[in-house]
Amino acid sequence: MKYWHLVWSAMRRKRLRTIFTLLSIVIAFILYGYLAAIDQAFGMGVELAGADRLILMSKVSLIQPLPESYQVQIAAVPHVLEVTHASWFGGIYQDPKNFFGQFAVEPEAYLKIYPELIVPEAQKKAWFEDRTGVLVGRAIATRFGWKVGDRVPLQATIWRKKDNSSTWEFTVDGIYDGNKQGVDTTQFLFHYKYFDEARWRGAGMVGWYIIRIDAPDDAPKIAASIDKLFENSAFESKTSTEKAFMQGFAKQVGNIGAIIEAVLTAVFFTILLVVGNTMMQSVRERTTELAVLKTIGFTDGRVLGLVLAQSLLVAVVGGGIGLALAWLMIRRGDPTNGALPIFFFPPRDMVLGLAFVAGLGLITGIIPAVQAMRLRVVDALRRT
Amino acid sequence: MQRLSSWLNQVAAVTMLNLRTISQRQGASLSALVGVAGVVTVFVAVLSIAEGFRLTMTTAGSPDTAIVMRGGSDSEMTSALAIEDTKIIGDAPGVRRGAAGPLSSAELFVIVDVLKRTTGTAANVPLRGVDQSAFDVHEKVHITAGRRFEPGTNEIVVGSGALQEFSGIDLGSTVHWGPNAWTVVGIFSAGGSLSESEIWADARILQGAFRRTMYQAVYVKLTSPENFKPFKDALTTDPRLDVKVIRETDYYAEQSQTLYKLITGLGTLIAGLMGMGAVFGALNTMYSAVSSRSREIATLRALGFGGSPVVISVLAESLLLALIGGGFGGALAYFVFNGYHTATLNWQTFSQVTFAFRVTPALLVKGISYALLMGIIGGLLPAIRAARLSVAAALRDV
Repeated sequence: MKYWHLVWSAMRRKRLRTIFTLLSIVIAFILYGYLAAIDQAFGMGVELAGADRLILMSKVSLIQPLPESYQVQIAAVPHVLEVTHASWFGGIYQDPKNFFGQFAVEPEAYLKIYPELIVPEAQKKAWFEDRTGVLVGRAIATRFGWKVGDRVPLQATIWRKKDNSSTWEFTVDGIYDGNKQGVDTTQFLFHYKYFDEARWRGAGMVGWYIIRIDAPDDAPKIAASIDKLFENSAFESKTSTEKAFMQGFAKQVGNIGAIIEAVLTAVFFTILLVVGNTMMQSVRERTTELAVLKTIGFTDGRVLGLVLAQSLLVAVVGGGIGLALAWLMIRRGDPTNGALPIFFFPPRDMVLGLAFVAGLGLITGIIPAVQAMRLRVVDALRRT
Repeated sequence: MQRLSSWLNQVAAVTMLNLRTISQRQGASLSALVGVAGVVTVFVAVLSIAEGFRLTMTTAGSPDTAIVMRGGSDSEMTSALAIEDTKIIGDAPGVRRGAAGPLSSAELFVIVDVLKRTTGTAANVPLRGVDQSAFDVHEKVHITAGRRFEPGTNEIVVGSGALQEFSGIDLGSTVHWGPNAWTVVGIFSAGGSLSESEIWADARILQGAFRRTMYQAVYVKLTSPENFKPFKDALTTDPRLDVKVIRETDYYAEQSQTLYKLITGLGTLIAGLMGMGAVFGALNTMYSAVSSRSREIATLRALGFGGSPVVISVLAESLLLALIGGGFGGALAYFVFNGYHTATLNWQTFSQVTFAFRVTPALLVKGISYALLMGIIGGLLPAIRAARLSVAAALRDV
């Protein structure tokens, strides 16, 4: 570090330029963070899909219900370990803008088939025993300030009760967390039994089935054999892996996400290019100074080291602040107020971001430094 | 008066000096210009998605059409109306009457899986069950190829947007949904509105095929837009009914909210961050422009030029760069994105909407205003520094 003051004075040579360069790098990496988070959000958690889970829905479309009686038939298919079902409720909490997914499920079976949902043992038990109880995800519990024991009324849009009222009351029995980042914690899960007994029509029909199998590699074959069961019946089925199901969803949203991502990527690299150019420019301007250093005995390697130290310092400080700010800003939630349930900065992309930081520092240092090194001292000094 | 004209002369002289020397600072000027152009391109492009979507949704409605759904439902998808209800609604006051009775159309709204052309995967395409009066109620709908479906048959007509985005539904082809086969006998357009994303079939046939006994919404044509209120009051106070009455234009405006907010939210955030980046770029450029000319500026000041012409000249240069950059960015966004056709999921009805990106003049004006704002911020600080330059120090500085 004995050359620290040399590096420092080079940075202070044009103080404003150094500051603006730094700020541009900060902005570039904040954008990079959002790019990663948006990519994650539009992917809809495809990577987290369980390889051993299949989703069975009506062949016509997801909104067509299926008979409850399918459960037994599916369970009898070879390689099927567990079967449970879920139904879309689609109620409104206070305001239609407060959108989140509400599902009528079989509590025990649902938590068994989705081990990524973590619930404290006591809360789990309370929920299993409470017919009008609900298990909510951490994200919506925080968003609406729900605590265990709170009463939450939902306004039904599809499902009225038999007494023709459309208000359903639930008690929050538990709050679940994801066992890893990216697990959707915006779900509102309640008892299918309560739902089925109280709804005004459609009894005995469920939305879709979730099936766990013991041979994920044979998933297509197993799916086909399940669908064969219901062929030519009044309710034909379509079974796919959970991953394919989610990918299908992501693709329904279409290329809007892809377009925003493409634009952001272009922007990120453009900023890096412009900033890189400015950084290289600032080294080139100092060619004479570098020549002086060489004249007084600095070796080529040492000069290269000095230049690199400077460019790396700028990149690391700017990039580091940028990535940290991105992480902090993204943690505060998505910029659209709940439209993207999964919104976080994946650690994998954080590492990639650090690699970009290092790359920026190295490239913007090495290119002009090598150019400067190749110059003969006399030529460089004459260039003033 | 004379002072004003001499001041203007000064401004013109310094500004021209600045602008003429831009070519000597090509690198820095170009990077500022590219920065601003990039921001404006992204800003306009992303917002054109939201704009196109909203336009598709809002042109779908007409103010003299009302939609009646069951009370408490938030979209056609979740609504249900019995056949008796649909009759009462058709006979309500304020409904326009045609040759064949009231202009009211009881409709069914379901979704079916159709393959998306671009990805080959299944997408939720809206399938609407209507009767013949629907073609009079939805006045924008026109058959452009083939013919209307024959009542009582498994015939369907396909919207031009759906035809463009989804495969297997071309004129004359047969599609299978569940145990039923359907034949495409016509293609319709609807002025670029939401209906173009849909497929239409005979409501009664559809009820049978999807095991439904009810309808989901009734669309009525009112005698005039002002008659909405009496019509609504008559229905909501009718003890036989529990319904929600909404003007078609309001219904679609509401439907477009989620996605519009999502895209404008993301777009504004991105453009805001990028704008900051571009301002730093512009500041860099203008500071170096000022410092490279500090001797010239000092000379002018020594000759008796005032401070304000110097400030204005620097601002003018920065604004010019921003304007060129903004214009270029707007044009780029227009040529690349305007009219780009795509489809996405409308979360309220859980079904596909096909639409085209729209770079509207208002959007371009917004983009260029944003560019000018960046130019002002990027130029102001360097301009003040230029004006404050100590004449003696600048002249001494080699």
